[in-house]
Amino acid sequence: MFVIGERINGMFTDVKKAIQAQDPAPIQQLARDQVAAGANALDINVGPASSDKLGAMRWLVEITKEVVDVPLCIDTTNAEVMKAGLEAAEGNAIINSTTGEEERMEKIVPLATEYDCPLIGLTIDAEGVPRDANGRMEVAMRIVQACMEQGIAMTDLYIDAVILPVNALQQVPQEVLNTLRMCKALSDPPPQTVIGLSNVSQGALHRELINRIYLVMALANGLDAAIMDPLDTELMDAAITAEVLLNRSVYCDDFLKAYRK
Amino acid sequence: MPLTIPTERWTAHVQTATIGATEAEGGTRTSTVTIGGEQTLPFLHFEGETPNRPVIAIEVLDEQPSGWPEPLSRHYEDVWGDPVAWAQKAVEEFGADLICLRLVSANPEGSDASADECAETIQSVLNAVGVPLIIWGCGNDDKDNEIMPFCSQAAAGERCVLGSATQDNYKTICASALADNQMIISESPLDINIQKQVNILVTDMGMDLGDIILYQVTGGLGYGVEYAYSILERTRLAALDGDKMLQMPMLSIVGSEAWRVKEAWQPEEEAPEWGPLEKRGIIWEAATATLFLHAGTDILVMRHPEAVTHVRNHIDEMMSGQPV
Repeated sequence: MFVIGERINGMFTDVKKAIQAQDPAPIQQLARDQVAAGANALDINVGPASSDKLGAMRWLVEITKEVVDVPLCIDTTNAEVMKAGLEAAEGNAIINSTTGEEERMEKIVPLATEYDCPLIGLTIDAEGVPRDANGRMEVAMRIVQACMEQGIAMTDLYIDAVILPVNALQQVPQEVLNTLRMCKALSDPPPQTVIGLSNVSQGALHRELINRIYLVMALANGLDAAIMDPLDTELMDAAITAEVLLNRSVYCDDFLKAYRK
Repeated sequence: MPLTIPTERWTAHVQTATIGATEAEGGTRTSTVTIGGEQTLPFLHFEGETPNRPVIAIEVLDEQPSGWPEPLSRHYEDVWGDPVAWAQKAVEEFGADLICLRLVSANPEGSDASADECAETIQSVLNAVGVPLIIWGCGNDDKDNEIMPFCSQAAAGERCVLGSATQDNYKTICASALADNQMIISESPLDINIQKQVNILVTDMGMDLGDIILYQVTGGLGYGVEYAYSILERTRLAALDGDKMLQMPMLSIVGSEAWRVKEAWQPEEEAPEWGPLEKRGIIWEAATATLFLHAGTDILVMRHPEAVTHVRNHIDEMMSGQPV
């Protein structure tokens, strides 16, 4: 599976403080730690930490690039901030994200071609988050079509089926699992799938446990990537074990170690 | 309407390994062998690069063998008392890309040769031929742990491949390899999970990914080769899928296994339906080698010069990228 480390996000107190103080050290440590723990890419999100979103994004990308080589997932709803992040990342990036709304796709999808990088597409349209899997699939189809028209390879598109908190919307986790499966029938080759894992446990108790169980369920339903916390060792162990159980990774006695090598 | 061949797009490729060190690199080899680097399954040139052709190592024993069928022994009777002459013949007359030197004389149940004697043999062979060397112990763990450090030292700087590291016995050989800049054979009893585990153990000790050659213990044709093929193929698929612990080039021992089978030695009077003895072992060895080649083997350890020629011709054809 493709692990996108979630920790460099201004909603976390340590990141917020570092952004506000312009102190690179904590951010760079988080970058190094997440990659060492197995992250294949790092999400970069200014969050509520600064009113100068563009400047802060640029700064975060630049200091992270100094210490790690993995692609940086530019996480913002603002097209200008997105461009600034992609520029700063010099193309070693992932666009996080577009929705299925026409005018948003028109602004964001061409950036994937311009910067030659993968793109995450959220199954949200003008009416918001669809109620069920079928609703999500309709939006997914539109995103796939828009990408195909622009010549973007399906291996470079990640459909995000928008997982929502289980304590508030308990039927959604299952709808997302259905969506993950149905996405594989969208095209040949099909797009990849991704979820923002921590959203499933937002506001609930036993967050790590909920995240861990849901990730395994999602992997069993074909999930390709997750924005998650690689520093949660038990979460990573669960993902690694799931990959072995799904015959996606050859078993050996030290299988937990093998993945991390 | 033109046919579009569906192609696979692998995200990773096989590790590259270079055996042997020239003078410029601190050794005395006149040639080196680079294997691995494949971007797809064997010979599918329309799908990915195969930057390095598979190679043939000819097996040399450090003492005269017994029980070799005549169609095989006739090629080595003039040299088999002398590993130097044997190695020279294998390179100069039969075109070996490497020599696989087996220190059978060290076996405590046989001649029980000493570490010094083995080291001396290795030095002589290194002086006599310019191709890279695979140095394989006698198969007795305790004795091999005794002799291999001396052998490795005798070949220090030559980037030989030391055989072999197993799940239960890998520390001594790794320590020697690290000390003397050698490579190792990572051995498994035809088990992909154990193969991966051995690679974790040896890399934990500090072995570099580019210094490891994979070896699954396989029989000859007729002795479970379909299963062996499936294991080698699974290993290669895992490599192309990005599994770093299964990404190394592979070696198969063909000669000794093929010439053991009944079909290679049973006299014609006893098995007239099997055809001429003259040809049987050669065909057996060539067929076994070819099928492992197509499973992904990068180094074939062989014996009979005619089988070697057949297989080399086949590798030429497969590497040409032209329809055969």
